[in-house]
Amino acid sequence: MTGNGRESLEIRVSNLARVEGEGGVYLKVSGGRVEYVEVHIHEAPRFFEAILKGRHYLEVPDITARICGICPLAYVMSSSRAMEKILGIKPHEEVFKLRRIAYLGEWIESHVLHIALLHAPDFLGYDSALQMVEEHGDFIRDSLKLKAWGNRVLEVVGGRPVHPVVFRVGGTYRIIRRDELLPLLKRVEEMKRRARRVLEFVANLPMPEFRQDITYVSLRNDVRYPILEGDVVTSDGERFKEEDFEKHIEVEQAKYSNSLRYRLSGGRPYCVGPLARFNLNHDLLAPEVKDKLAELGIKAPLKNAFQSIIARAAEVYHAVVELDELITSYREPPQPYVEGEVREGEAAAITEAPRGMLYHRYRIDSEGFVRYANIVAPTCQNYVAMEEDIRRLAPNLLAMPREKAQWVVEQAIRNYDPCISCSVHFIRLHIINN
Amino acid sequence: MMRRKLKVAVFKFASCSGCQLQILNMEDELLTLTDAVEFTYFLEASRATAPGPYDVTFIEGSISTPEQEELVRRVREESRILVAMGACATAGGIQALRNWLRLDDVKRAVYPNPEWVKALEHSKPVAEVVKVDYELRGCPVSKERLLSFIKQVLVGRKPYLRREALCMDCRRKGNVCVMVAKGIPCLGPVVQEGCGAICPTFGRGCYGCFGPSIDARPEALASRLREIGMKDRDVARLFKGFTGWSEKFRKVIDELEGGAR
Repeated sequence: MTGNGRESLEIRVSNLARVEGEGGVYLKVSGGRVEYVEVHIHEAPRFFEAILKGRHYLEVPDITARICGICPLAYVMSSSRAMEKILGIKPHEEVFKLRRIAYLGEWIESHVLHIALLHAPDFLGYDSALQMVEEHGDFIRDSLKLKAWGNRVLEVVGGRPVHPVVFRVGGTYRIIRRDELLPLLKRVEEMKRRARRVLEFVANLPMPEFRQDITYVSLRNDVRYPILEGDVVTSDGERFKEEDFEKHIEVEQAKYSNSLRYRLSGGRPYCVGPLARFNLNHDLLAPEVKDKLAELGIKAPLKNAFQSIIARAAEVYHAVVELDELITSYREPPQPYVEGEVREGEAAAITEAPRGMLYHRYRIDSEGFVRYANIVAPTCQNYVAMEEDIRRLAPNLLAMPREKAQWVVEQAIRNYDPCISCSVHFIRLHIINN
Repeated sequence: MMRRKLKVAVFKFASCSGCQLQILNMEDELLTLTDAVEFTYFLEASRATAPGPYDVTFIEGSISTPEQEELVRRVREESRILVAMGACATAGGIQALRNWLRLDDVKRAVYPNPEWVKALEHSKPVAEVVKVDYELRGCPVSKERLLSFIKQVLVGRKPYLRREALCMDCRRKGNVCVMVAKGIPCLGPVVQEGCGAICPTFGRGCYGCFGPSIDARPEALASRLREIGMKDRDVARLFKGFTGWSEKFRKVIDELEGGAR
């Protein structure tokens, strides 16, 4: 064990700050051994699975959006894609583009919220971002402007940033005109500058020493940075179809938590989200993003979970660059949406929510009503990884003053930008015996 | 020199976090707002928290477990002005759809160990548990209305909240009525405005994020919807959304579903 440290440590945080939703953490180390590491999720269950049963397939995107106010569009997209597979329809190419535009807007809004308001204060020892204004005003202002622009994208393409209303199974409720989108480009160069500065700022933050030994998992389609489509790939070299996802994961439930947790087959903890996407798809980032990363000396793969903030900032910069291209090339589709013949069926779809892969599976009956639903949110997949990281950090923690150790534990959880509201959408219990 | 800052608290109950996000979405105003407002309890934004009393407390989320019931009572005692914020806090939210099912059945459908799950019989609006001073509606709450509310409190005026129907907003915007022109079912005539009538603006019918307007007659709209050819169960489902558990909508849903049986 580390020479100057203690042999034991007990940390209990009952209400984690700067995360989405309600959670806590308990760590007990005695005699240099980690006895307990428990990330608690005590957000009240909302029983979405029961609520969805009997709803019409067209209503599902709007209902599941309410699982999470930070990434509602991700829910809209995963559910819409699953329904489209059941109905056997394929939205127009320009609709695909619109979806990507909105989704990138959500990535910016959600990522910047986390980078600046929830995560950055940790690295510099502030309780909140508001306290950073005096010393790091430019960073906070750049971030807020980017976040506002991301929200603006969602407002233009989706009607509003939280719970957008425009998207439906098969397309959009009405055609989004090119002249509605173009004004967004007026500030796109300014946003690229701000995104570059935010990336520079986070790349220069003091990083706690840490190296993960974990499997990274994300979508990959070999054409573009993954959001709406692709196979599931892992850093252990696996590649499989989204339909087969459930065959490759193991589900478990801890008694101390209201959320399910997942491992890859063979009991492997895994990580989804910006870090995983970055590590598995960095070759598909926009050239100017790659150049900037090279200039900053950032090389993939990133294996320090605290560097997730860098992956997030790289994705923000990529999102702005890609939005420029997508909006410039957008042409109005001939019709807002395609409709399919309602038929009985079952299908699954995965899209890349800001926090990682969001899996939806539905079965509908011949009238279009939901008979079965299963949703696997990113935070449930990162759950075991969060605890593994804290376990691996334990030796370093023992060498720190207690107050500092507690802060680092909290920060290690915030590395994953956990969305606790998402994680408790429903629960099926399996007891883990310690 | 400066006046004492307004002490504002934000508490989250059963919800999606979208309404408190609207506070952080005030990107342009946030930094000036904090000159006059101190968020003394706002866990999503800060590690530092201070005990009450609070001048204004915003409650996000519905009350759906015994612990939440207890907590919201304590929060009430600590709050001078208590504001229910959003569809969950004002109407029970989308999770209140389980209120039509038997709790035991819901638990059993989802949990192999239903006895572990602590939940109240109903997902309740805050006002069913404690006195609420103001309601800010919406799924999510409107950022502009939220800001306007805070400003009104800051200048010491009794906050005024508009409660008319969404139709008025469509008229102001010059929207063509989606129900009249295209026969698209729309809750606009009975739902409170506040979103900017975005659904009709984007070619779809209102699905009720803001709950019943002050003069809503949902039963009249229900019969109109039947006239344009909707089945009772489909009309019921239209009302049975994010504010379905509000008193006025609940009544018409029960009538329609009773009729369908």
